[in-house]
Amino acid sequence: MNQSHLSPDSPGDSTMPALGRGSVFMRVMLSNEFGLTVLIAVTFLFFASFLPGFASKFNLFTMGRQIGIDTMIGLAMMAVIVTGGLDLSVGAIGVGAAMVFGYLSQILGVPLAMAIPCALAFGAALGFINGAAVVRTGVHSFIITLASMSIFFGVMIFLTKAQAFNQLPLVVPEFGKMKLAGIISPLLVISLLVCAGLSLFYRFTTLGRSMLAAGANSKAAKLSGIRTARVIAACHTLTGALAALAGLMLTARTGAAIPSMAGQLGQDWLLPAFLAPVLGGTLLSGGRVSVVGTLLGASFVAVMTKGLLLMRIGEFWILACLGTMLLLAVLTDKTRQSVLRNRGMV
Amino acid sequence: MATGIFTRSFNNDWIGPGLVSLFAVVGISIAQPSFLSPFNIFVLLSAVSVNMVIALGQLVIIAIGQMNLALGAFGGLVAISFVALMELYGVPPYVALLIGLAIGTVAGMASGYVIARSGISAFIITLAGLQIFKGINLGITEAQPFYGVPQSVRDFGNVTMIGPVPWLVVPMILASVGMWYLLNRMRIGRYILAVGNNPHAAELSGINQRGTITWAHGISGLLAAVGGMMLVAKLQIGQPTIGDDWLISSFAAPVIGGAVLSGGHVSVAGTFFGVVIIAIITQALVLFNIDPFLVQVVLGGLILWAVGINRWRELRVAKLQAQGQ
Repeated sequence: MNQSHLSPDSPGDSTMPALGRGSVFMRVMLSNEFGLTVLIAVTFLFFASFLPGFASKFNLFTMGRQIGIDTMIGLAMMAVIVTGGLDLSVGAIGVGAAMVFGYLSQILGVPLAMAIPCALAFGAALGFINGAAVVRTGVHSFIITLASMSIFFGVMIFLTKAQAFNQLPLVVPEFGKMKLAGIISPLLVISLLVCAGLSLFYRFTTLGRSMLAAGANSKAAKLSGIRTARVIAACHTLTGALAALAGLMLTARTGAAIPSMAGQLGQDWLLPAFLAPVLGGTLLSGGRVSVVGTLLGASFVAVMTKGLLLMRIGEFWILACLGTMLLLAVLTDKTRQSVLRNRGMV
Repeated sequence: MATGIFTRSFNNDWIGPGLVSLFAVVGISIAQPSFLSPFNIFVLLSAVSVNMVIALGQLVIIAIGQMNLALGAFGGLVAISFVALMELYGVPPYVALLIGLAIGTVAGMASGYVIARSGISAFIITLAGLQIFKGINLGITEAQPFYGVPQSVRDFGNVTMIGPVPWLVVPMILASVGMWYLLNRMRIGRYILAVGNNPHAAELSGINQRGTITWAHGISGLLAAVGGMMLVAKLQIGQPTIGDDWLISSFAAPVIGGAVLSGGHVSVAGTFFGVVIIAIITQALVLFNIDPFLVQVVLGGLILWAVGINRWRELRVAKLQAQGQ
């Protein structure tokens, strides 16, 4: 798979300036991305050598497709974690946008080139509503998005009568099944492109850097002339657009826009949404993102899930395994940080 | 006087939701007389009882300035363990009840301990807890319900005590009075509010923060267990899906009741009226044949409305304080 040659220090993953006294080698060794890459390689080799069908072409294809979708869900949450906020409504937004897409292309017969941007804009608009509500009320995004998750999902179910759009143009399911070079899903390619775009965005654009600054220290950012309210609203808008994209990718994979594809209220997305960025070293308190880490986090989750499934561990126990993984990830990160601090590297 | 206004507005938490409940009951019963039929009152009180216990489980965590996403997962795990113990191992209901309470408390304390010890946000730890406990629940049951609920348990959830009042109100009253007593009269309750109000000041004044957080989550787990087992009695079945839909309503009720989400200030009476408002609206939607899917929208709208009101009250108190000085 392609995760093995994603080098840990590719551009854009370390948004923190190199301050420490420790050697570059030690810093790389202790970086989340390096640890994850090793972990992915080890688990991948382990499963590939013990489970017969694990390294098959088809399995690699489905795993890559899963990585593509989970990465996008993770990036959507990452975009709002940047400022220390969170968005419980990503699943509701994603499914909502997918349903808008389904309505436009199936019922109204809008061409895909129009329907896709409309669905993305719809997601961005829902995200903007979240952001505006958070900024205007000053209430934590947890409670605002808890409410909006309920509202978005409820309105979506009410309008669609819980019916799926399963007569989409044939291109959509075909895109989900398409194999580039025999094993690579175009959905993975989309995620890689978005990863590259976001890395550049956080590194080189004023808005991206403002987001990081507002997340690291909102008071200092304000004093240095950043309009934090606008920046936070922009973060939520970006989250909405990325969630919508994830919803569309999921639609391509399932071949239909289904209201229940992210579970009740879209809650099924919460675990992948937090698992990937947190495994990848994005700080929940804001100020530091790792786009590559999020990609690696999603890859690790996909490899583990697939491996455990092939080992015939019940589907339900995998849920518990993933929860434990999230717990271990945050605890390990805590330990890693204190090691770094003790060695004076942060 | 600034303090006078403060105390007054803090004591008044429940008046607003209380009046809303009253007007809603009067208004709906004029429009639809069957609303006050004994059967409907029974249904309403059963729903209020269960939801109040669940809301109190979240309330104690809001009081400490955190959140518990795993509340429903605790409740679901306890509910199916409770029935499984009785069905598969023939454990008498009282013993199964005690074991259920113990599971809830231990699970809560475990997650509280991890939060307190690691200092990682309660959100992420309880999100992990949610997946772990839900996974164990589904792993044990394979998403199939347990049907072997003894008659005594079924009766508890479906038989009336006096007039249309169900037995289910007993655990609700115990939990509500207990929570009020805990938060207002007991040392651990005062510690919980102090930590929620200002963790730094609480620590400086010698409060054991880790212990307080662990206990608060233990109490939350205990209440989730009670709620889960009440639902088993009410539904007469050990459903693995119990707890899946607790998240939104468990936050809505305390917030409608004036709880400050950053911690340190909650109201048991306000939460009660919050639960009543939610129950009335849910019922009214059914009575007026409105699409049940809209319940979710209404719940979300209620949270936003309550958050707006709380915010407005905060600003007004601050303004009056500024004038008083």
